[in-house]
Amino acid sequence: MAAKLVSGVEVELNSEGFFANPKEWSEEMIPELAKAEGIDPVTERHLEVIRVMRHEYETKGSGPSVRALAKVSNVPIKELYQLFPKGPAKQAARIAGIPKPIGCI
Amino acid sequence: MTKQLLILGGGTGGVIVANRLRRMDPELAITMIEPSPVHTYQPGLLFVPFGKGTVEEFQRPLERQLHSGVKLLQTKVESVDINAHTVATTSGDTLRYDVLVVATGATLLPEETDGLLGEGWGKNAFTFYDPAGSAALAKAMDSFASGRLVVNVIDMPIKCPVAPLEFSFLAEAFFTDRHVRDQVDITYVTPLDSAFTKPVASARLGRLMEERGIKVIPSFNTGQVDESGNRLISYDGQEVHYDLLVSVPLHGGAPYVSNSPGLGDEINFIPTDEATLQSLVAPEVFVIGDAAGLSVSKAGSVAHFEGEVITKNILAFLAGKPLPARFDGHANCFIETGHRKALLIDFNTSIEPLPGHFPGPFGLPLLKESWLNHLGKLAFETMYWHALLPGISIPLIGPEMPTRGKGSLAVTEL
Repeated sequence: MAAKLVSGVEVELNSEGFFANPKEWSEEMIPELAKAEGIDPVTERHLEVIRVMRHEYETKGSGPSVRALAKVSNVPIKELYQLFPKGPAKQAARIAGIPKPIGCI
Repeated sequence: MTKQLLILGGGTGGVIVANRLRRMDPELAITMIEPSPVHTYQPGLLFVPFGKGTVEEFQRPLERQLHSGVKLLQTKVESVDINAHTVATTSGDTLRYDVLVVATGATLLPEETDGLLGEGWGKNAFTFYDPAGSAALAKAMDSFASGRLVVNVIDMPIKCPVAPLEFSFLAEAFFTDRHVRDQVDITYVTPLDSAFTKPVASARLGRLMEERGIKVIPSFNTGQVDESGNRLISYDGQEVHYDLLVSVPLHGGAPYVSNSPGLGDEINFIPTDEATLQSLVAPEVFVIGDAAGLSVSKAGSVAHFEGEVITKNILAFLAGKPLPARFDGHANCFIETGHRKALLIDFNTSIEPLPGHFPGPFGLPLLKESWLNHLGKLAFETMYWHALLPGISIPLIGPEMPTRGKGSLAVTEL
């Protein structure tokens, strides 16, 4: 766990960079969080995916996997990888201020 | 009035629930819907490609695995109406239920990966995850004596997450025994960031892969298979060449789930309470095994451990009582590592696989290669047909994960 200043607000991130307390997140933090993921500028398409990610977490309690994200956002997996090259589910989850999507073992 | 219990699916979970409930409550009317006349011992499919058994040897008539009094309908499910409490079959019948048990497992979706069902499918690209694929791969393995064998997991979740690793170990031993190991390169390509997800087991298995000269390419998200060029292409443009491809295709829930409004999630698995195994979509719907959208492993051992919990809860539900039983995510599996050895892992949702012994201090060694574990894996098939499917509890191996006999790390919650 480490405290980090994002958009002037102190937030708690875990060792993998996911928000420990998703309530500390706000939309204004998106550009700065995205930059840390190497995503700059943030396009409208990025925002669409990030909002879906946040919405899924808030309604279902966990973020979706890449396949589920593609289905709920209507953004094809290939494009998701173009938008978030280092892994759409993980990167979009970090930027959306939610915990790591539950991977299946 | 007699309560109607309807079970969809005659795999491991469905058969266990039917047989247990038959004994626990003889008054209950139990009907199972399953199109296949045979029940397959799925772990056997791992051995078929190496000429150790045929598919037929791992199959038995489904009807004979069910206690008398369980009615079997050999047809397919068309859709479920969770509001009307009915199931429509493809033969045109509509069945009403008081409790529905979804046990239709996971379905392979090779068509969802671009190019996988291309010109090489069945020639030099196979899966051992279904009976026909496993039998076809046996022929290809028999004639393969040089080149690059690639084992590729496309994405999680998959059934039996250790099976692709076991396949790699068994292939290593197979080619060694045939004196062509130096002509064959074995490469394991996975979307995970290491060999397995659970840290201690992953480190152990990763070391074992290295010792056996099996290359691991992690974090590879297969986007396309180019079967005319014999290569895997990832979403971010990396490529892996193969001469023989053993693919573990994408998995989803059963197809009828998408015709059943409100029943499943985006990939047709059923949202389920991981402790009670009651679905989150309707109180009369319970889910066992791979069909559940849970983070527990999709494995036969899990369905077995769930069997005891789900049947207690179903009877409590029918009696209008609170659900008493809780599942802890317990899973255990023998991992074949080739050369007549295997290792055993035992874990649940909060405690990862650890070294030690199972089920107590003088039991089988955990996370360690041993001949005893290999014998355990072979003996397991007999236990499967004669104790597990009939729904007889196996002494010392219950739904709750044992912690005695495990290393001091056993109390480290992750």
